[in-house]
Amino acid sequence: METRQSRVSFQVMWNRLVSVVEEQAQALVRTAFSTSVREAGDLSAGVYDTQGRMLAQAVTGTPGHVNAMADAVAHFIRRIGRQNMFEGDVYITNDPWEGTGHLHDITMVTPSFHNGVLVGFFACTAHIVDIGGRGFGADAASVYEEGLYIPIMKFAERGEVDETLVRIVRGNVREPDQLIGDMYALATCNEIGHRRLIEMMTEFNLSDLDEVAEFILENSRRATLEKIAALPQMSAEGEMTVDGFDVPIRLKVKVTVHEDRIVSDFTGTSGLDKKGINCPLVYTKAYACYALKVAIAPEIPNNHASLAPFEIAAPENTIVNALHPAPVALRHIIGHFVPDAVFNAFDKIVPGVVPAEGAGCLCNFQVSLRPRRDAPAPAHARRSEVLTFNSGGSGARPEFDGLNATAFPSGVMTMPIEATEHAGPVIIWRKELRPDSGGAGRTRGGLGQYMEVGAMEGHEFDIQAMFDRGAHPARGSRGGLDGAPTTIAQDDGTPMRVKGKQFVPHGRKVVMAFPGGAGYGDPKARDKAMIRTDLARGYISAESAMRDYGLSETEIKAVQDAVSKGEIV
Amino acid sequence: MKSAQNRLGVDIGGTFTDIVLETDSGQFSTKVLTTYAGPENAIIDGMKQVCEKAGISPGDIGQIIHGTTLATNALIERRGAKTALITTEGFRDVIEMRTESRFEQYDLNLVLPEPLLPRQMRFTVPERVNARGEIMIPLAREAVEAVVDQIAEAGFESVAVGLIHSYLNPAHERMIREVLAERLPDVAVSISSEVSPQMREYERFNTVVANAYIKPLMASYLGRLESRLHDEGVDCRIFLMHSGGGIISIQNAADFPVRLVESGPAGGAVFAAHIAARYGLDKVLSFDMGGTTAKICLIKDQTPKTSRVFEVARTYRFKKGSGMPISIPVIDMVEIGAGGGSLAHVDSMRQIRVGPESAGSEPGPACYGRGGARPAVTDADLVLGKLDPDNFAGGSIQLHAAQSRDALDAHIGKTLEMDAVEAAFGVAEMVDENMANAARVHAVENGEDLSEYTMIAFGGAAPLHAGRLCEKLGVERLIVPPGAGVGSAIGFLRAPFSFEANRSVYMRLSDFDDALIRELLGELRDEATGFVRTCDEVSPILAEFKVYMRYSGQGWEIPIELTEPQAMNPDADTFLARFEEEYTKLFGRTVAGMDVEITVWSVNATTPPEDVARVTVTDAKVAAKAQGTRDVFDSAAGRFTKANVVERADLMDGHFVQGPAAMTEDETTIIIPSSRFAIRQPDGCIDIVTGVANATTAQKGA
Repeated sequence: METRQSRVSFQVMWNRLVSVVEEQAQALVRTAFSTSVREAGDLSAGVYDTQGRMLAQAVTGTPGHVNAMADAVAHFIRRIGRQNMFEGDVYITNDPWEGTGHLHDITMVTPSFHNGVLVGFFACTAHIVDIGGRGFGADAASVYEEGLYIPIMKFAERGEVDETLVRIVRGNVREPDQLIGDMYALATCNEIGHRRLIEMMTEFNLSDLDEVAEFILENSRRATLEKIAALPQMSAEGEMTVDGFDVPIRLKVKVTVHEDRIVSDFTGTSGLDKKGINCPLVYTKAYACYALKVAIAPEIPNNHASLAPFEIAAPENTIVNALHPAPVALRHIIGHFVPDAVFNAFDKIVPGVVPAEGAGCLCNFQVSLRPRRDAPAPAHARRSEVLTFNSGGSGARPEFDGLNATAFPSGVMTMPIEATEHAGPVIIWRKELRPDSGGAGRTRGGLGQYMEVGAMEGHEFDIQAMFDRGAHPARGSRGGLDGAPTTIAQDDGTPMRVKGKQFVPHGRKVVMAFPGGAGYGDPKARDKAMIRTDLARGYISAESAMRDYGLSETEIKAVQDAVSKGEIV
Repeated sequence: MKSAQNRLGVDIGGTFTDIVLETDSGQFSTKVLTTYAGPENAIIDGMKQVCEKAGISPGDIGQIIHGTTLATNALIERRGAKTALITTEGFRDVIEMRTESRFEQYDLNLVLPEPLLPRQMRFTVPERVNARGEIMIPLAREAVEAVVDQIAEAGFESVAVGLIHSYLNPAHERMIREVLAERLPDVAVSISSEVSPQMREYERFNTVVANAYIKPLMASYLGRLESRLHDEGVDCRIFLMHSGGGIISIQNAADFPVRLVESGPAGGAVFAAHIAARYGLDKVLSFDMGGTTAKICLIKDQTPKTSRVFEVARTYRFKKGSGMPISIPVIDMVEIGAGGGSLAHVDSMRQIRVGPESAGSEPGPACYGRGGARPAVTDADLVLGKLDPDNFAGGSIQLHAAQSRDALDAHIGKTLEMDAVEAAFGVAEMVDENMANAARVHAVENGEDLSEYTMIAFGGAAPLHAGRLCEKLGVERLIVPPGAGVGSAIGFLRAPFSFEANRSVYMRLSDFDDALIRELLGELRDEATGFVRTCDEVSPILAEFKVYMRYSGQGWEIPIELTEPQAMNPDADTFLARFEEEYTKLFGRTVAGMDVEITVWSVNATTPPEDVARVTVTDAKVAAKAQGTRDVFDSAAGRFTKANVVERADLMDGHFVQGPAAMTEDETTIIIPSSRFAIRQPDGCIDIVTGVANATTAQKGA
């Protein structure tokens, strides 16, 4: 009967660990100050064994942090040294190469002791508002300009917080209270995970996690390898071009399926950019791995063993393997395009699974508002920084349309515009779907969106644009058409660039149209009923219905009449 | 003769309509099948049954309190009215764009739920209010008329109005309502500044759309119900249970039907709160487990915890984000896909998974012998000896253990090399673990330690699993009340008249404006009290004040209760002290140097809770006589034990049963683990505590 108890209890403990890290992540969402964490879910939390192997990770969070943080704990063990780890310690870094890709992500690691013995680690990562330097944007020429760098070190030793570190941090950032608040929030969330782990170990009378770790990793490894073994063993290449900052960037990848692993090799990809859109390898790997995992083994939870078979190679100082001291603040832009490049290759290995290209990177912008300087400003005018997260359309899937204005591959959420307008003297004049922006196809690309942003009376602002797909819209697949490109201009027609900090004078608005996803398959083969529904809803115009899908004038008129009579088409 | 003491509680559920009648001579209940085509038919049928049992006529009933899943079902099944939305130009797609995220990151074929209204049913008008409530673009009447013309032509039956920042300034929404009332007097209108005056446009717009969508249907149903009851001779007022755990008038319910969503589960929580009051328990975990889901709710100081927003109609494995948000006052509950019918399988990691897919009642679990081939939780319970195959549902359904074993072997045992018993053990442990995890996460989110809690369990499957759940959660005391099968309907009869009014207004403590606060809270109190007064003209009405606060920059507010003096003579220091107290309780510390802000203001007006007679709790006095023994699997020990079998109906006050034991009743079986013993209390509750019954007070042979 002993074995009966233990076999079932391993199952229970794995389940429990997944719940523990979810609790850890939720605690972070509720206590963090950064908009990006609390509203947008830009975070990650996980539990590790004593060798630094990740055992479980919260499903709350975004793929970019997944693999990156999975590797981070091993760096902490190496840098701190086991002999220097004590109960009550908390470690910290924002190293882009040993953490999660840019200085704006703080990773904290807490060793977990049970009866005086090290039994594992908890780690969590959060995207914070400000880390000093030039501020969040692509304008730095090196990582030195991007803000304060915190090497892997102790935030607290035996429960005592390093006040020297805290003072240095406070002295180097724009919102010191918020950042320190976030650092404590990260430490607290690890502590919550730790307490629950110890409760579990007490309940099951465990002195270490070795057997549980083996159970989790072995089952995950076997399941992942079964999935890989079912694929044809072959290579295929994919490539795509995106806007970049000043010069277009080519992403090239060769995906090779081996018997027991898949290698993504980025040889042939563009070199470093002068601006901060370069991507450390750890972040490229995170998204390459996400793309393959979501395509072949979506139900297997992330852990050391399920991630291990996904390998990556890229020549040093290509844009997907930027080395220190390249600027990397906006590494997400390239990172978010990695899945489309990988899909482009994978589609040649297993057709009919992955989507057409989508909007790719998030359509984020930051607005820096201040009292107008061209004329006397009213007394209530103030300075304020407002960051928003927005999404274009995702690519059409083989069997389903793309998702309208929905983040992919990123996992973050947008903020309510009413909340944004409370955060600073900004006005969002428009945020709605962009008709005709989804590439036509047998299945249609997801629609992008329109946004218009201005300031309250008495303010002028800079907008930090972090967009792409201006000159390189999402490309259609198997006869599907391209998605619509990004456009940006002021409301008086003054043109603007898709990337970089740009001034907007008092009284002007910025008018933006975010890209749509590409279509999949011949539009003429699209189901007639779906075309009529798209027309009725205004996802497509009458012109597009006729030109791209071949609807007749009579058919179009019938749909329009039905709509005005309130009939559901 | 008509008497105020004759009160009828009616709960329309998905499968059954539960009716409870309370009179001077006791409680009478029945379950009848829900009649979807005309839900009032089941009510009339059930009412006649209980009246006959009680020996009264429908005309003698003094009050009817009703709760229903009809509103929820109409939203889930999309059976609402032909509805239009009028919104601010530039924001036509708010209810469709949601949070612009995927609730499941690892599904390439994810399909997002369709909004309640497709795009062509959403109209815009040029207007704009800013975050300070100031009008930036005035709304022109002609613009409204042009839209109303389109609405008239299309023949919409109901209209929702949701404009940006209308919770701060409702003028434009009211103007649209006026124009609609003039031009289309027969069309139902709902405006967001009344239905849900809270910041966050997606939640607010969705809530007003949901209200408009079900309004004609619910108004018509409530009208029919009233007249049918009248025809049967009923001559009393009818009230409706709302999602916040109180009752409102039938007219308020018809105006704000979205507040009826989740009224059934709310009744269950009120039922548990009442038991908590009887036992003087301040920290209670209510656990309701039925055929498809389990619901868990924290009840502090005999009051269920409430929340401002929840999600209905989840479309994807009960996953957060896959439904639609409704921002109304609601009892805060966690619902997970774990019930007696939840199906088990083995995934690619060789892990046993249970739910949320359910066998339903047809074909049901394999043991029903109706063709169900996959193992359900009930199959595991049967193989583990927790259920008696010959005595399930009062003997009305014969269970087949062999089919349970076959299903467990085929779907679990074969892959994992386990025999049927071990597979059943695994299934039971996983479903109990899922529920325990949900309870733990919910407790942590509320800064609570469950080891200080008492569990109150009801619903058909709860007594089978509650004992093990208590072991997992470190909960020492478990109470299983009588009448647990119709708990929600009983809860309706215990609910106060109440109405909660909420409003979003931002205020930093550094800009504390006590005059504005007095005015705001005064208005909210008058509004809430007004609703309650329409139900009860004489009782005193209490006002409960709550504000939601956070550090400026955070996105998550925490509720702070204020006393009436604290609320009506506001000062910033008191607000800060109360906030820091609650924040520390939740997160263990405060954050120095940050400004604090108030985001939402709330007043709940309620009639005082009825005086509850405390139960004189009895010790274990006499060992109950066992009818026999059977082998029941003890999950903590991981093996079968010889369990005493007792009949609940045979027990008298002070009778006790030492675990391991199975206590049977018509509707369910209470499993008492080896670690605990059970005492029958004078009110019929079974009180299960840890340890061994005290032999010195216990006498043999009852």
